[in-house]
Amino acid sequence: MILRENRVVIAHIYTATAAIVVGAFFGALQGLSRATVFNAPAWFDYYRILTMHGVLMALVFTTFFITGLALFVTYRSIPRERNTTLGWAGYWVMLAGVLMAAVEILAGNATVLYTFYAPLKASPWFYVGAAIFIIGTWVIAAEIFGNILWFRKNNPGMPVPLPAFTAGATFLMWWIATLGVVGEMYLLIPWAFGWTHGVNVMLTRMLFWYFGHPLVYFWIMGAYICWYNIVPKFYNGNLFSDGLTRLTFIMLLLLSTPVGIHHEFMEPGISATWKMLHTITTYGVAIPSFITAFAIFASFELAARRLGKRGFWQTVQSLPWKNPAFCGPAYGMLLFILGGFGGLVNASYSMDSLVHNTIWIVGHFHVTVGGPVALTFLGIAYWMIPKLTGRALWKPAWALWQTRLWFIGMLLMSFSMHIAGLMGAPRRTAEISYFGSAPNEWAAYNATAAAGGLVLLTSIVIFACVAVGTLLANKKGEDMTVEFAQPLEGSERAPAMLQALFRWGLVALVAAALAYAGPLLEMLHNPGFPAPGMRTW
Amino acid sequence: MHVHKYERWWMTFGIVMLLVFLATIGFAAFADNMNPPSGLQAIDPTKVAQIPPFDHPGLRRLPDGTYEAYYVAEVFAFNPQTLTVPVGKKITFYVTSPDVVHGFFIPKTDINMMAVPGWVNSDSHVFTSKGTYLLICHEYCGIGHQNMFAKIVVR
Ligand code: HEM
Ligand SMILES: [Cu+2]
Ligand SMILES: [Cu+2]
Repeated sequence: MILRENRVVIAHIYTATAAIVVGAFFGALQGLSRATVFNAPAWFDYYRILTMHGVLMALVFTTFFITGLALFVTYRSIPRERNTTLGWAGYWVMLAGVLMAAVEILAGNATVLYTFYAPLKASPWFYVGAAIFIIGTWVIAAEIFGNILWFRKNNPGMPVPLPAFTAGATFLMWWIATLGVVGEMYLLIPWAFGWTHGVNVMLTRMLFWYFGHPLVYFWIMGAYICWYNIVPKFYNGNLFSDGLTRLTFIMLLLLSTPVGIHHEFMEPGISATWKMLHTITTYGVAIPSFITAFAIFASFELAARRLGKRGFWQTVQSLPWKNPAFCGPAYGMLLFILGGFGGLVNASYSMDSLVHNTIWIVGHFHVTVGGPVALTFLGIAYWMIPKLTGRALWKPAWALWQTRLWFIGMLLMSFSMHIAGLMGAPRRTAEISYFGSAPNEWAAYNATAAAGGLVLLTSIVIFACVAVGTLLANKKGEDMTVEFAQPLEGSERAPAMLQALFRWGLVALVAAALAYAGPLLEMLHNPGFPAPGMRTW
Repeated sequence: MHVHKYERWWMTFGIVMLLVFLATIGFAAFADNMNPPSGLQAIDPTKVAQIPPFDHPGLRRLPDGTYEAYYVAEVFAFNPQTLTVPVGKKITFYVTSPDVVHGFFIPKTDINMMAVPGWVNSDSHVFTSKGTYLLICHEYCGIGHQNMFAKIVVR
């Protein structure tokens, strides 16, 4: 029996799966091309491949998975009679937008990478597709907010269940952040149609990064939804603290937007003052990160103690290392430690000049979004798919190996990228030999990165087999009831201040406006010159 | 809200680390003047070829013994293609673009800037050893992006 509300979630999750499988194929080709093993043909050049990879991974896979996950935890933690009209409407609008943009990319009319920096001028339908996609996600956000409001109305005085609360915070953040891209589209669409003749490049970049940084926190919040609400159940653990979990999500909501200029350290047209201001706000994320690290390890330890285990190694051994749904998130957490160190360097205002736009950056975000986020989602999919379909997972042993291979592949690829980047190898470049002028020492790391990419490709093919195999094998009888992690017995309820989700959303909006007021006023005062734009591919 | 004793220690540690990092960065910025390139001079991208000194890009010696190097980054080349500069002297690089966004990066140095149409960006560097340096475009700018590089000979 598949419940109606499960179907819409299944659609989101399997669309995300399709995106990551195709995206991984392009990723592996990129690695091979940079290692000069593969030479992309003229009819599908490297940058078209890279645009597909960036869009499929950073936007399609992550967003569809998070919309599916957020709907799932909201529906299951607020049980009621409901219709799924909004969930489906959002899904179809998102899909229509993606298909529209994908047609233009595949046809070679939008080889502008997933950041579509003006004045590279893509087909207008690419931008229209992107805008439609964003509007689709707003419909999903409305569905989640609607369920939270329904709960509040029907359970006066009760705290919103934590899973729905975390989903709500994530989508409030997303809604505030996407206002930036929608603003950018307001400039780009008329320009791409030829109705306006130039575009303020630095304004479009500022609007892009107003969205671009929160985008990465959107991914992280998706992973945190799993780490706090779902993962503890795999080792019979508890939520360490209900209040601190809510605090973490509120802090991420507040700290996600007023930081975007840290992506623009090396750019003209923005004075150093604003770059410094956004550096300071960026570092604020240390606090929710520290809380999360503590909560995870404390939860592990308390569960182990209940089994009579003591000390570090006994605690580690007591964890379910044979359960792929646990291993995905757990290996992801390990990769996140590496990602945290790298992030400290990138955000460091002056130190960023050593690594900006080198392949180090790509190494960094593959051990953050490619590791903790993607691997958490893949692991959680092994748990979610049976809960959605009532079918037992096909080949759990394969699934286990899939998580291990992904971990190994990411380590190999990202480590090589970090080192090559420190040596000055650039990112976003088809092959980096410069007719033999490139330093020799880059080559070895390009090769190991490519090898890591092949391990990753193998891993994702296994994932696809298990995900599709579970549907085809159709082994029924899986228990579809879901329990989320509960706080420890006898722990108190979070204070009212940490319950007021929508009020914090308003504060976040004000914080974002304040952080951008200065740079925007500066830009109005000294707008530079508009650029006409062109197609350079 | 009750917060566990260990957790309070851990969060205090986190906040202290945060302040230490920010103090380090702030010290480097305000005491050592280590700021990222933030050129605030605007230029019409459609007229770069006519506007001095970008109409004749290249090296200029200033009366105080420092140097200025003017560059145009355009699809898919840097102008000048090869530049010879003196070792041990302060050189301020100025770069702009007449078309799309490019990168301006000299591996093994901290010269790392974006060349944005409509703006002049700048940063200075002292080369402390002789040799040939690679100058590469490290922002995707189009189909020939991987061929966009130049050489700087330090003598
Ligand atoms: C099969 C696994 C993967 C492989 C082999 C792979 C490989 C690569 C390589 C080699 C690049 C650098 C290309 C360049 O800068 O020239 C790259 C870029 C990128 N990857 Fe991946 N990747 C994988 C998975 C992922 C995942 C899971 C995500 C995110 C969820 C992701 C997101 C990105 C993004 C956003 C870029 C930057 C695109 C750009 O610069 O425009 N990748 N990937
Ligand atoms: Cu960021
Ligand atoms: Cu380029």
